[in-house]
Amino acid sequence: MVKKYTFPMGGIHPDKHKITASCPIIKAELPPFVTIPVKQHIGAPAKILVTKGDKVKAGTLLADADGIVSADVHSSVSGEVTKIEDTPGAGGYTEKMITVKVEGDDWESSIDRTPDIVKEIKLTAEEIIAKIREGGIVGMGGAGYPTPIKTTLPEGKKAEMLIINGIECEPFLTADDRLMIEKAEQIIMGAKVLNRALGIQNAVIAIDENKPDAIERITNLSKLYVGVNVKVCKTKYPQGGERQLINAITGRELPSGKLPIDIGCVVQNVGTVFAVYETVLKNKPLFERVVTVSGPGCAHPGNYLARIGTPISSLIKQSGGQPDDIEKIVLGGPMMGNTVTNTETPVTKLTSGILLLNGAEFAKHEPTACIRCGKCALVCPAGLRPFAIRQAVSFNDPADTLRRLHVGDCIECGCCAYTCPAHIPLLDYCKIAKQEIRKK
Amino acid sequence: MLKISANPHTQTSRDTRAIMLDVIIALMPAALAAMLFFGIDALRVMLTSVAGCVMFEYLACRYWLKIKTTTGDLSAVITGLLLSYNLPSTMPCWMILIGAFMAIIVAKICFGGLGKNIFNPALVGRVFLFISFPVQMTIWPKPYFLQWTSPDGQTGATPLNILKNIEISSEHSMYLPDDLPGYWNMFVGNIGGCIGEVSSLALLLGFVWLLWRRVITWHIPVYYLAAVFALTSVLYLATGEIKFLPLAHLLSGGLMLGAIFMATDYTTSPMTIKGQIIFAVGCGLLTVIIRAFSAYPEGVSFAVLIMNALVPLIDKFAVQRYYGEKK
Repeated sequence: MVKKYTFPMGGIHPDKHKITASCPIIKAELPPFVTIPVKQHIGAPAKILVTKGDKVKAGTLLADADGIVSADVHSSVSGEVTKIEDTPGAGGYTEKMITVKVEGDDWESSIDRTPDIVKEIKLTAEEIIAKIREGGIVGMGGAGYPTPIKTTLPEGKKAEMLIINGIECEPFLTADDRLMIEKAEQIIMGAKVLNRALGIQNAVIAIDENKPDAIERITNLSKLYVGVNVKVCKTKYPQGGERQLINAITGRELPSGKLPIDIGCVVQNVGTVFAVYETVLKNKPLFERVVTVSGPGCAHPGNYLARIGTPISSLIKQSGGQPDDIEKIVLGGPMMGNTVTNTETPVTKLTSGILLLNGAEFAKHEPTACIRCGKCALVCPAGLRPFAIRQAVSFNDPADTLRRLHVGDCIECGCCAYTCPAHIPLLDYCKIAKQEIRKK
Repeated sequence: MLKISANPHTQTSRDTRAIMLDVIIALMPAALAAMLFFGIDALRVMLTSVAGCVMFEYLACRYWLKIKTTTGDLSAVITGLLLSYNLPSTMPCWMILIGAFMAIIVAKICFGGLGKNIFNPALVGRVFLFISFPVQMTIWPKPYFLQWTSPDGQTGATPLNILKNIEISSEHSMYLPDDLPGYWNMFVGNIGGCIGEVSSLALLLGFVWLLWRRVITWHIPVYYLAAVFALTSVLYLATGEIKFLPLAHLLSGGLMLGAIFMATDYTTSPMTIKGQIIFAVGCGLLTVIIRAFSAYPEGVSFAVLIMNALVPLIDKFAVQRYYGEKK
């Protein structure tokens, strides 16, 4: 019996809905134009380098990272820059975006487009980090934290373990799953690249047990490589959360306010590791990613390799179109994703899924009285008491009270609101509480 | 038209009503046992109590509070069942209705309805009846299959009554006194008592269902029973008095019903596991103290109600460990 890892505190088991797990990744059709936001990451928006009328190729640098906490943005298609203006983004706010009219599919000549897998790493750690920065890579699991910062060790810190996050615990999403099945060797090479950058010998690829194909593929291949191991985790949400995954694999908890590197861990999503492989060993900057298009309202769900900036309407059309009875379109998973109403919103580096949702299972229910069951505290992976946070927010308690409830440790996974039998939007109260603390 | 909403975009189908339904299912083995041992009279008591509780809640919502009726959440059905389980099968209907009124109107609606009551409504109803009608509340018809001999005809004492009045025994004895019904009878429920409390077996089946359906965790019932067992063992070993026989205390009276269904009531028990353990141990100790030293043979109702009053205090201080905090 192989040991299966998991985190002990809280967690839930929502229905998996992994209907696209056996759909191979297909190349999405090129849209007539792409709209590329200059901020697809945490930090400062990138500085725009192009002007209207410029001809660009796929892989051409459009905007340059502005400072350390920022990331380069590349063109994902070849064609002409037609617009650089404020455009409504996924959140409804306007963001600076660069529109490129697609003409053909010309890539920068420096990109290695051969299917060969590069198995030799000649670069030093510094060179690798520089290439990761030039490739515009950010954490593709959803956080969007610029990857070069995570791979540069802070003064006096030493990395002991690289954990590659292949958990993908959100319902519906299968982008990482398919990537591990189809690009297993590239991911293993990406892990070795990161090992070199971090100066460590050992990378652990954590995969949860509901992905048997990915586990088999990566396990078999990893036997051929030194320094990459697979660890199988029990399926539980939110195991893909950084703090939960570190806890599952190492048995250690990250104290409040500490970063993974403080206990010698670096966690990278498999999508990010694949992008690291491509940019470091194939010279291909991050301008496309795998997106799962799924949901009960989706006629032909699938996994698409889409160029950054592709309007989501284009992917929805390729998967059978948008029926009239769709109530919500969610970017990301149903637990932590956000609704969008504008289907011209582009796919970004962080778009893991597009879900067309309808029906009672995905509707908001009218809240009823709290029956004090305490299930919210039982399922909270941060050990918080959402019922107490709700009470404090409702009574307008001062920020100090909220701080004592450790509101800042909330990872916004939504387990509390999912579980509440009275359908009380507990996560909303936690978010309000966080804002209250920030105000003071 | 696309909707905007905050995450999560999916919620469990296990809503309040589904959970209440699971509790009702968990109570069914005990209902069957009650009918087996006490016949159609048990059914009469249960139906009167449930109908009374649901009716009072409906009337209160409709004509007094003028709000959407909350009977659909099924919590009044549970209160009704639990109240009836705490009554002897000979209880007159009008008395049961008074109990139902006390449970629903006084203990629940007056405190703000579901989720806001401090005291367990069914227990408030029972204790009110117990104090108001002590005679009717302590007539114990003998179960149909009663095996042990008893001099008088249709009624008998509960095992706890027998234990309470037993002569002080001079020697340690692991054997039950002759007039006690035997552990097996106590376990299956072939003893005198309230209709729903007699069968430990049926109540434990309900407990398994509650655990399997994740309605409750094991902590409150197990800590409650363990506390009773521990304290009675200490008293038994220290004094040698047969009235402290630990296993007899576990299997008789309202302990199983109280530990599995009363003390685990969501609203009137603490919300964290740590708080629940404190609460359950408190219930256990108080139960033994009342059973051993008060004028009453039974102490579960009073013990749970006293601990109910302490729940807000326990909730304030029994904070679970935060992630990342030292163990």
